[in-house]
Amino acid sequence: MAAGSELARFEEISRRVRISVLEMIYRTGSPHIGPSFSVVEILVALYFRFMNATAGAERDRFLLSKGHACPALYAVLHEKGLISREDLDGFALDGGTLQQHPVLDPGRGIEASTGSLGHGLSIAAGMALAGRVDGKEYKVYVLLSDGELNEGSVWEAVMFAGHHGLDNLVALVDYNRMQALGRTDDIVGLDPLGEKWRAFGWHVHEVDGHDFGEIFEALGALSMGRPNVLILHTVKGKGVSFMENDVLWHYRSPDEREYEAALKELRR
Amino acid sequence: MKTAFMDRLLQAYRDSDDLFVLTADLGFRLFDGFEAAAPRRFYNVGVAESNMIGIAAGLSLCGKSVYCYSIIPFLVMRPFEQIRVDIAYHGLNVKLVGAGGGFTYGCEGFTHFALEDLALMSSLPNMTVVVPADPLEAEAVAGLSLEHDGPMYIRLGGRGGPVIHDRTPEMEIGRAMVLREGEDAAVIATGEMVHAGMLVAGMLSERGLSTTVVNMHTLKPLDTGIIAALASTHEAVFTIEEHNTRGGLGSAVSAVLAENGYSGVFRRFGIDEGACKGFVGGSAFLRERSGLTPENLSEAISVSLRRA
Repeated sequence: MAAGSELARFEEISRRVRISVLEMIYRTGSPHIGPSFSVVEILVALYFRFMNATAGAERDRFLLSKGHACPALYAVLHEKGLISREDLDGFALDGGTLQQHPVLDPGRGIEASTGSLGHGLSIAAGMALAGRVDGKEYKVYVLLSDGELNEGSVWEAVMFAGHHGLDNLVALVDYNRMQALGRTDDIVGLDPLGEKWRAFGWHVHEVDGHDFGEIFEALGALSMGRPNVLILHTVKGKGVSFMENDVLWHYRSPDEREYEAALKELRR
Repeated sequence: MKTAFMDRLLQAYRDSDDLFVLTADLGFRLFDGFEAAAPRRFYNVGVAESNMIGIAAGLSLCGKSVYCYSIIPFLVMRPFEQIRVDIAYHGLNVKLVGAGGGFTYGCEGFTHFALEDLALMSSLPNMTVVVPADPLEAEAVAGLSLEHDGPMYIRLGGRGGPVIHDRTPEMEIGRAMVLREGEDAAVIATGEMVHAGMLVAGMLSERGLSTTVVNMHTLKPLDTGIIAALASTHEAVFTIEEHNTRGGLGSAVSAVLAENGYSGVFRRFGIDEGACKGFVGGSAFLRERSGLTPENLSEAISVSLRRA
């Protein structure tokens, strides 16, 4: 368990990341602030505590299968020194540097082009397989959205990884219970989600996706011999009260008044 | 053709540490040698083509050379979008080896036919598209594919197939092969239709017509130079392919001819949309129904030349 001062450090990084995300999205009128805010803590936990992202071929890999949340990834990679301030400033601009979905660029920490949902877990399984055959120690982490679990290809990969016991593969599900057009419960219900993964041979960890203590505990207690999944119970739009749990903020970009109000809350 | 390709691939697989082979539960007995030689680099991923392509991408992003195998519609149409994003746009070293070009699967029906694959694969960035004409070419293409660092689609026929060469030919990706030279007409063919093209040239010669036959084994990058050269020396150009006439060899050649201001006779032979509808039969029967027999083709070419 992390000490209080350490938790404060992670919370401070998360706060900076959210402000960065807000700036990128407000400046460019971009969508996806809600799904970016819901994944901040898991990204910060991975990059600042669990992953070695800069060890060449031995590095741990992270794939943002829910590529639309990339403002959060870019902001975290900037905090890690992998993406420059200039690159962040070029997000979603004509002739700019970073798209609204990530494009393969291992030098900047982007391990695959993602954004088409249902691809990431298969790619991650291939990377995990390569690591196992090569006898390498690295882990492959892949973050999926809950809506993404509607894609059949995800379950092909879930079956494959379970069958082969890929214990160097860690899936993370951002279970904020909202997808593009509404609540997951109303569109295609996913519950009992943990039981589904368990039935396919995975070790399931259910955690509060905004609680560093719970995330650290789960990522520090991964099961051997089978793949692990963290089902992250999260809040879409987490961190800005009027964005939380409102599907509107899947697409809406804040206007000036909303931007100021959001910034005020995040700086508090 | 499949066996010739896989035998050559197996030689390389035995000598490599980084070559992976994936199948989506097809290729009965075809992979026994791979499994025996290095079981940790051969995977039957199950009937899950989209997952197979993603796994191949992940392996390749970790430096592996990967071959994926299935029957063509399942290999390249089901997971088309995975191929587009994960393989083609990424520019990864993944080879897609498809079995059953055109009507190969005959009585198995249209679910198993490959009539749109060349159009789909040729439309993708970074993708090289190669169609061997006989088993010896399949062996040569296997060798070329091992040296090629990038995405490649290889369209194979079925077991056996026609024979064009008596020894493994010298091939170069993107460079068409002139098999016969003539003056009256040029026939450009691909895949198993190259054999038909050679027979057509023989039949036309009996009618006093001399025909150039070109084996266009690479659809992308297309050998535009040879098409331009044929346009400047031949008053009639014909294409033959076991594929829809839209988006395959004929379309590609016609674009080059048009851009070169060609004013001679041009006709595409291939499969018309819906041609396989309502017919049950083997591949030879279906080819005949689409007019793709040497007899039909030589007659149609003679008629075109008489009208010119």
